[in-house]
Amino acid sequence: MSNDARTDGGTASATDTGASAGALAGIDGYRVLLYLGLLGMLTFFLIPIESGLVTSFKTSSGVSGSLPFAPPTGSTFTLEKWQSAFDALGRGLINSALYAIPATVISALLGSFAAYGITQSDWKQKYKAPVLALFVAGIFIPYQAVLVPLSQFWSMVSLQDWLGFVWALGINDDYAGVVELIVTHVAYGLPICTVLFRSYYKNMSEEMIEAARLDGASIRRIYRRIVLPLSGPMFAVVLIYQFTQIWNDLLFTLVLVQTESSAAAPIVLILAGLGTSLEGQDFALRMAGAFIAALPTLAVYIAFGEEFAEGVAT
Amino acid sequence: MTQNTDTGDDSGDALPDGGVAEDGQRSGFSPISALNERFGSDFVESSQFWLPPFLLVGLFVYGAIIWNLLISLTDFTGFGTPDYGDLDLEMYGRALADSGFIDAAINTFILLVGFTLVTLALGLGLAILIDRNIRFENTFRTIYLLPMSLSFVVTAQFWAWMFNFNNGVINIVITSLGFGRVDWIGNPDIVLWAVMFALMWQFAGYAMVVFLAGLRAIPNEHYEAAKVDGASTVRMYWRVIIPQLKGSTISASVVLMVFALKAFDFLYSLVGGYRPPNGADILATKMVREAYANLNWAYASAVAITLFLMTLGIVGPYLYYQYNRGNL
Repeated sequence: MSNDARTDGGTASATDTGASAGALAGIDGYRVLLYLGLLGMLTFFLIPIESGLVTSFKTSSGVSGSLPFAPPTGSTFTLEKWQSAFDALGRGLINSALYAIPATVISALLGSFAAYGITQSDWKQKYKAPVLALFVAGIFIPYQAVLVPLSQFWSMVSLQDWLGFVWALGINDDYAGVVELIVTHVAYGLPICTVLFRSYYKNMSEEMIEAARLDGASIRRIYRRIVLPLSGPMFAVVLIYQFTQIWNDLLFTLVLVQTESSAAAPIVLILAGLGTSLEGQDFALRMAGAFIAALPTLAVYIAFGEEFAEGVAT
Repeated sequence: MTQNTDTGDDSGDALPDGGVAEDGQRSGFSPISALNERFGSDFVESSQFWLPPFLLVGLFVYGAIIWNLLISLTDFTGFGTPDYGDLDLEMYGRALADSGFIDAAINTFILLVGFTLVTLALGLGLAILIDRNIRFENTFRTIYLLPMSLSFVVTAQFWAWMFNFNNGVINIVITSLGFGRVDWIGNPDIVLWAVMFALMWQFAGYAMVVFLAGLRAIPNEHYEAAKVDGASTVRMYWRVIIPQLKGSTISASVVLMVFALKAFDFLYSLVGGYRPPNGADILATKMVREAYANLNWAYASAVAITLFLMTLGIVGPYLYYQYNRGNL
């Protein structure tokens, strides 16, 4: 909206000298260039995806015999690669959802708790600052710096033994890896969730909270009755951001689940080794697999693009 | 006041002191009110909200880093448990003597600087294009940011195909322009730049979003004033607008640099294994390979500490800068 106003203002001041026809012609040429640039960049961002998509529908001879961005013709079209990719990745799709969804919800809730406790309550700023600084710094930690201790920790805290009653129900004990992934992703996702919620709570109107406090409401009650119901928009941002991050992460799955042959192997882990063998690379299969793995995050992105942009920009 | 710090359990001694020093009022002789007087009136009650997450982060992030530092001082390899009785800096000496480590450190640095610069430049260009009051603004923005929603594992598949020697899009384009085919992934001198290009494709949209927010925060009068002064569009951006994007540039750079340090997922997926293409090994990939392929746990921890210090060197000043501006 503000954008419209500015450009209108700009053209008005440029044209009031009277040379409106000349200025318009100039603007047209400039506009053409502008849109050419925009479309050029559009091609740049879409071509890898487009090339992957058409390739995923080609037979092996179609892949080697046609241009990589040309759609398959009648004889080189096949759905076979999508079928085999789905056979290989289907269980990974479920496994990924098993940890990505709980971890997303828990980390968003805990992040909201932490941000509320730090932002909306009354304790001294000089003690809040270091607590907050540790949360903020936690966003930037390279996970490599905690991997070896993490492996050590999960070999000491052996869920495989502790959750014996779950495996007794007939569930494969590889699924201990899924529980480990939930806890791990919650712990490392908390810093960013906390910071996102904090930026939101900082700008929240304080009048209602002040009034509730004067009425003697407890901190817990204020959260449940006022802050949580108002947090909806930020929950959308955080849930979308976290889901994308957790679904897309490979490193923790590699360390905690380790092999793609595990019953609990997440989709990214299976995809990383898909279509590469000693005989060569099956690119059509890899592309089909890539799209299946990307489908959930793509769907979330297309449905909630605004919230996603807000999450990454903060 | 100073005695109060660690006497949470021992309210009898602590309170009279604290009470007198604060305001002479005490609500009761309990450790809770002692803590509240020390830290602020809601400290204890609000801790049910922030303390459990704080402890979780403290344990998994900061506890783990300290533990990692300890392991890097041992000689832990293979199976079993580390021996913490014998601590020395041997692993760091080994790293300095390891040409693979030096190469990985240099590659990490090149990737860090190169990737950040090109991504910032492209992101700024995109943001300016988008900000020129165009039609279909949302569509363009959505597509530019789209790769950011994809996993490194997914984009690595796309780019392995784009860079394919025989039939990849990039080689098709450059042969049609009259150049020879290039072995993007196989040539150790080129592969790092190819990886940088692919990562730029994935993250330029992120830089665009940050810059766009910065551009929209600049008051319209600045554009109008430049127009009135008769400055050309290029000159207006260069002299008036871009200098005001300092904050956006700093935030975007820090995030991009941290992403570059973590580019492990992409390199692993490009080849489907721990050993990235020759010439593209970075500290992140070397660390994971040493630990999980070679079981050199202590050595991997030392590499990880190096990586951590590099991150600290970038993030530390940034946090200090944000703190001084009152953004923390």
